[in-house]
Amino acid sequence: MSIELERPLPRPTPTSRPFWDGLQEGRVRLQRCDDCGAWVFYPRNRCHRCLSAALTWHDVSGAATLYTFTIARQPTSPHFAGDVPQYLAVVELAEGVRLTSTLVDVDESRIRVGMALAPVFEPVDDDLTMLRFRPA
Amino acid sequence: MGLRGEAAIVGIAEYPHQRRYEGPRKFTLEQWSELTALALQDAGLEAGDVDGLVCSDIRESGMFTPATVVEYLGQPVNFAERIDLGGATAVGMVWRAAAAIELGICDVVVCALPALPIPSNPNPGPVDPQRFFQSSSPNWGSPQAEFDIPYGNLAQNAGYAMIAQRYAAEFGYDPEIMAKLVADQRANGALNPNAAFYGKPVSVADVLGSKMIADPLRMLEIVMPVAGGGAVVLAAREVAERCRHRGAYVTGFGEHLTIKTPTYAEDMCRTPVGPASEQAFAMAGLTPRDVDAAEIYDCYTITVLLTLEDAGFCGKGEGMAFIRDHDLRCAGDFPVNTHGGQLGMGQAGAAGGMTQVVEAARQVMGRAGERQVAGCDTVYVSGTGGVMSEQSALLLQGG
Ligand SMILES: [Zn+2]
Repeated sequence: MSIELERPLPRPTPTSRPFWDGLQEGRVRLQRCDDCGAWVFYPRNRCHRCLSAALTWHDVSGAATLYTFTIARQPTSPHFAGDVPQYLAVVELAEGVRLTSTLVDVDESRIRVGMALAPVFEPVDDDLTMLRFRPA
Repeated sequence: MGLRGEAAIVGIAEYPHQRRYEGPRKFTLEQWSELTALALQDAGLEAGDVDGLVCSDIRESGMFTPATVVEYLGQPVNFAERIDLGGATAVGMVWRAAAAIELGICDVVVCALPALPIPSNPNPGPVDPQRFFQSSSPNWGSPQAEFDIPYGNLAQNAGYAMIAQRYAAEFGYDPEIMAKLVADQRANGALNPNAAFYGKPVSVADVLGSKMIADPLRMLEIVMPVAGGGAVVLAAREVAERCRHRGAYVTGFGEHLTIKTPTYAEDMCRTPVGPASEQAFAMAGLTPRDVDAAEIYDCYTITVLLTLEDAGFCGKGEGMAFIRDHDLRCAGDFPVNTHGGQLGMGQAGAAGGMTQVVEAARQVMGRAGERQVAGCDTVYVSGTGGVMSEQSALLLQGG
């Protein structure tokens, strides 16, 4: 059975909009809690440590390390049938928060947990840029 | 804190698990009534004895599930729950049923997870796009829909593979030992007539030779979807003592939830089954050394490895050596998943975890036939939902 499905894309919310707008400008932005100092990802309306509503957006470097990965040899869903092998990654930013992404411009045999990564801003269309990572 | 051990599993029912189901298709409600009748009959109880019910979702109704099931069965109840814990649902059902019985609000509680195919709809609606996202939510505002699914991180394989890869980096990883875990469980499953892989053991070489799906997980380390399902009936001690079989008393339980997507776990290699199991053992006044068999939720090999460690059967980072050094087969020195686990039974959706509960009860009742663990009195059971995101533990003991 072959299924052609549109790739699912992020649909920003009022709360997360500054993150996606930042990517459009080539910047990684994270929320930080003014009360307890925690960095917050994904974007929220309240701090996931202390539930404070005092969250402020900050530009960060985007420097990261690879927390873990897998190489999906079968598509994780029919939407990604054209992307195999998928280099799925959990990336830890220097601020300590983790996010889901994929690795690009990488030799598969050189992927290692702990490797240094740099952000790649990948435009999808006029309104959306996705955040991927490559070896630093 | 906790249970006094006054409620027991007294009856069990289980559909044979089949990769290609050839029997008559039945609606979930029809399976509910059938499993209930079979489990009550197994216990030596009657329909009118039921006064509590624990269900999960059914295919025929998106809401009001307990009332719909109660009406269909024709059995009024004092206690009704719907559990939404994925693979931890079965264990979550059993402890809630035991707690309700100990509160004195009911005496006989049915917990069922039917998972046979339902009849084909002659007037099918449009295909629900949700189905392609499996257990991940594509709804607007769902964090997964925004930050995980668009990168391809959805469903189960990738998440578990990434946990395994992290484990490998922190503690080391030996594919042959993981293959040995599969071979031991499949040897158990080969003895189980209800298992999809009945009479079909595999070797370490078979596992290592199976296709890589998501590094480091190979095909035979991942459960195969099947048709199946099962049910248990719990009863208060005074009822249990009149039943046909030795009761499997619920003496301890725990449940712990942390995340939905492991990307956001504090530590991917320290899983919620740790605190859940610690609570279960403390409640029962037992330690991992007291266990005669462990029925460990096994959607993937990595789940078993981490549960062995986090539940305290061995130390963190020692799971590989533990699996290598112990014979996990039914007659072995540390029997694990004596029914074959879900790697041997096949996984009937969220009913998969019921196989572990049913087998644990069977072992305590002394009814496991060729698979019976000698002198089996104390069994540990775990349940795992999502991607190690919601986990539960149970201790069952002979009365
Ligand atoms: Zn805070």
